[in-house]
Amino acid sequence: MADSGSEEIAVIGNTDLTPSESENNLKNTMVEKGTSLLKMMEISVAEAEKRTGKNAVNMQETYTVYLIETRPVDAASEGTNPVPDSLWRRYSEFELLRNYLLVTYPFSVVPPLPEKRAEFVWHKLSADNMDPDFVERRRVGLENFLLRVASHPDLSSDKIFYSFLTEENGWKETVFETGFQAKADSRLKALNATFRVKNPDKRFAEMKHYGDELQSVISQLLRVRARAADRLYGVYKVHGNYGRVFSEWSAIEKEMGDGLQSAGHHMDAYAASVDDILEEEEHYADQLKEYLFYADALRAVCRKHELTQYELEMAAQDLTSKKQQREELATGTIRTFSLKGMTSKLFGQETPEQREAKLKMLETQIEEGEELVKERNAECEEFVKSAWVDIERFKEQKDHDLREALISYAIMQISMCKKGIQVWNNAKECFSKM
Amino acid sequence: LLSQQLRLNERDLHDTTVTDGSSFNASMQTSPASMINQYKFEEDAEDTKDIFVTVDNPESHVTAIETYITYRVVTKTTRSEFDSSEFEVRRRYQDFLWLKGRLEEAHPTLIVHPLPEKFVVKGMVERFNEDFIETRRRALHRFLNKIAEHPIFSSSEDFKIFLTAASGELTSYKKQGPGFLSRMGETVKAVAAAVRGVRNRPQEFTEMQEYVEAFSQKISSLDKVTQRIVREQKEYLEELKECGPTYALWSQSEEELAEPLKDVAGCVDRCCKETEEQVKNLNDNLIPVLHEYALCTETLKAVLRRRDNIQADFEAKTEALATKKADRDTMRDDLDKAEDRLEWANNALKSDWTRWQKDMRTDLRSAFVDTAERNVNYYEKCLAVWESFLHSQRTDAEGNGNVDFS
Repeated sequence: MADSGSEEIAVIGNTDLTPSESENNLKNTMVEKGTSLLKMMEISVAEAEKRTGKNAVNMQETYTVYLIETRPVDAASEGTNPVPDSLWRRYSEFELLRNYLLVTYPFSVVPPLPEKRAEFVWHKLSADNMDPDFVERRRVGLENFLLRVASHPDLSSDKIFYSFLTEENGWKETVFETGFQAKADSRLKALNATFRVKNPDKRFAEMKHYGDELQSVISQLLRVRARAADRLYGVYKVHGNYGRVFSEWSAIEKEMGDGLQSAGHHMDAYAASVDDILEEEEHYADQLKEYLFYADALRAVCRKHELTQYELEMAAQDLTSKKQQREELATGTIRTFSLKGMTSKLFGQETPEQREAKLKMLETQIEEGEELVKERNAECEEFVKSAWVDIERFKEQKDHDLREALISYAIMQISMCKKGIQVWNNAKECFSKM
Repeated sequence: LLSQQLRLNERDLHDTTVTDGSSFNASMQTSPASMINQYKFEEDAEDTKDIFVTVDNPESHVTAIETYITYRVVTKTTRSEFDSSEFEVRRRYQDFLWLKGRLEEAHPTLIVHPLPEKFVVKGMVERFNEDFIETRRRALHRFLNKIAEHPIFSSSEDFKIFLTAASGELTSYKKQGPGFLSRMGETVKAVAAAVRGVRNRPQEFTEMQEYVEAFSQKISSLDKVTQRIVREQKEYLEELKECGPTYALWSQSEEELAEPLKDVAGCVDRCCKETEEQVKNLNDNLIPVLHEYALCTETLKAVLRRRDNIQADFEAKTEALATKKADRDTMRDDLDKAEDRLEWANNALKSDWTRWQKDMRTDLRSAFVDTAERNVNYYEKCLAVWESFLHSQRTDAEGNGNVDFS
């Protein structure tokens, strides 16, 4: 197996692709997909900065802001390279944008934001939000989010999104003016309530189940990976002790001294190499995390379908019971128990005029009910259609991206092995000179 | 520890060391000069190995009083002193201890390779654990081979008896040797010598002592560092073992991704096996060697102490001759013998020191080269695993016309 390895290298091609390069590939794919927005402008989150200011309860706080840069596509290709338009946004504004999108496009699998707090950390990584490495990875995640939205067929043409990228002042007010907050509140209430859907669309039920599984398995993978990274760090770093001891030992030896000393240097190099290795693995972890959070977005769409389905069923149920009441009233037979019916039995029948009035009211209600059912039905169908289109799009994107992630993971492992081979071959040569 | 040291010292102060036929070939002359020549000659004869010893086949024996392990010792030799060309005997750890003790008694300033320790408490659950027995067997094998390769030890009568005598014969042979009372007398002399201390130690032996001190620290550190690496690797392996099954679990929920996820699971599992192999290698190869050389330093310190005691004895006798008036003839005789003994001890140590250093260099070099090679192999195997995954992914993609990898 090891022997045939050298032949396979020629076939495979470039295995020296770094994670940042593979990320660029991802972005290029998104750009190539070519929404009209992306055809028009380049988007990036170029920098991050710390700011201090007074918060809502008038207390001093430190927070990070991110620089969003947009540049017209043509200018860059002409080679004139003008200064890009830019504005600063903080994480909470990104959250606001996303919440707006969630409410306004309930049938879309809305791209997730990078995590609010660092999770699945292994010991060397900081769980502190102010840590520069965390901020840097968040910057990349936010850029990714913007590109995902910009490459989405429906979301990319949203005006609020466009002004998020281009209008620094007053954007928040513009968002609140859309009144999405009210919709958000009622939707939130409904989503959190427990309800039973009689005829859920089987595909959505399966999708929700898939979302659950995806979330569970990626969480597990991230946990295991973080623990393994911790241990691997230990293995490499202990080799640094070899470096120190070899160096000390070489001082008391005559012929063995040189070989030991130089072997010691290679042990130090080996110990130091783990930092880069694990940093690259964090990129991979971030790719997995994106889909961990995407699983949540997917489940949200399925839940919303259930809600619309439920509302349809409720309306239909209501209509049926009203129709039944009308029938009873018209034929005089009481099939269903009602307090009115009982009291009228006890205290005597209603007058024909009263019955007539009641019937008329019921007819109106039934008419309205039928309209409502029609409406809700149309809503449901519309939702199912749109949502399913986006889910299919999402599935394709997920399969492509995760496959790329697995490939980049393999490339990382290969790079790690190559470094190991080099170091230990060097060490072996030094040892043989001992 | 002090009593052990004194018991060893008592023999070198005993006059029989020069003329004790049980530890030397009868043909050997007894003057120090010829001893030196003997050593030099033996060094050149290194390449023509005429005796091969193996230790294998551990077996457990249960008696009413105890349970113990014996090992099979097979000797193949063309040497004329041996009655036959092949011998097979069974020996237990006690027997090896006895042999080591005899060689040290006979040659107080020669360096005997260490035996594996009696019983390692840390991390050992049971003395008869399979790994423990195997580690011990290898160490006993190395011990006997070091003896066989040593210019002086390999011609020892005790060594010959060890290799060839049937169990009953060995037991009765062991019962010979100085009686209890004479040993007590020697102990008293030895204590006196140790208390006296040496006055004019030659510079080279002081340098030797300093080297041994420093070397002891370094080798002990290396032993500890390597043990720590093994521990960390084992813990890494524990975590890594959960990765493969997680990828496999994931593949069950996927369609397009099922294949690549299953492949990744397979790759991770294979890398786990390679890591397991690597840990075993460290345990079986590097650690025992480092451990043995750590034990060697104790031997070296003891050898230097014994040499010092021989010199102290000589110095004391020199002083006695200068100050006392009576018994001058006996004292001069004693002094001459002490001088001879000192010269002989010094030369023996110097020769063996050179031999030991050469051996140490060879052993440690090859142990580290071996370790480095195994690490290279480990990475090469893992590399092949991941490259074949990449290869399968790329041929798949190009076949389906899905993605452009240029």
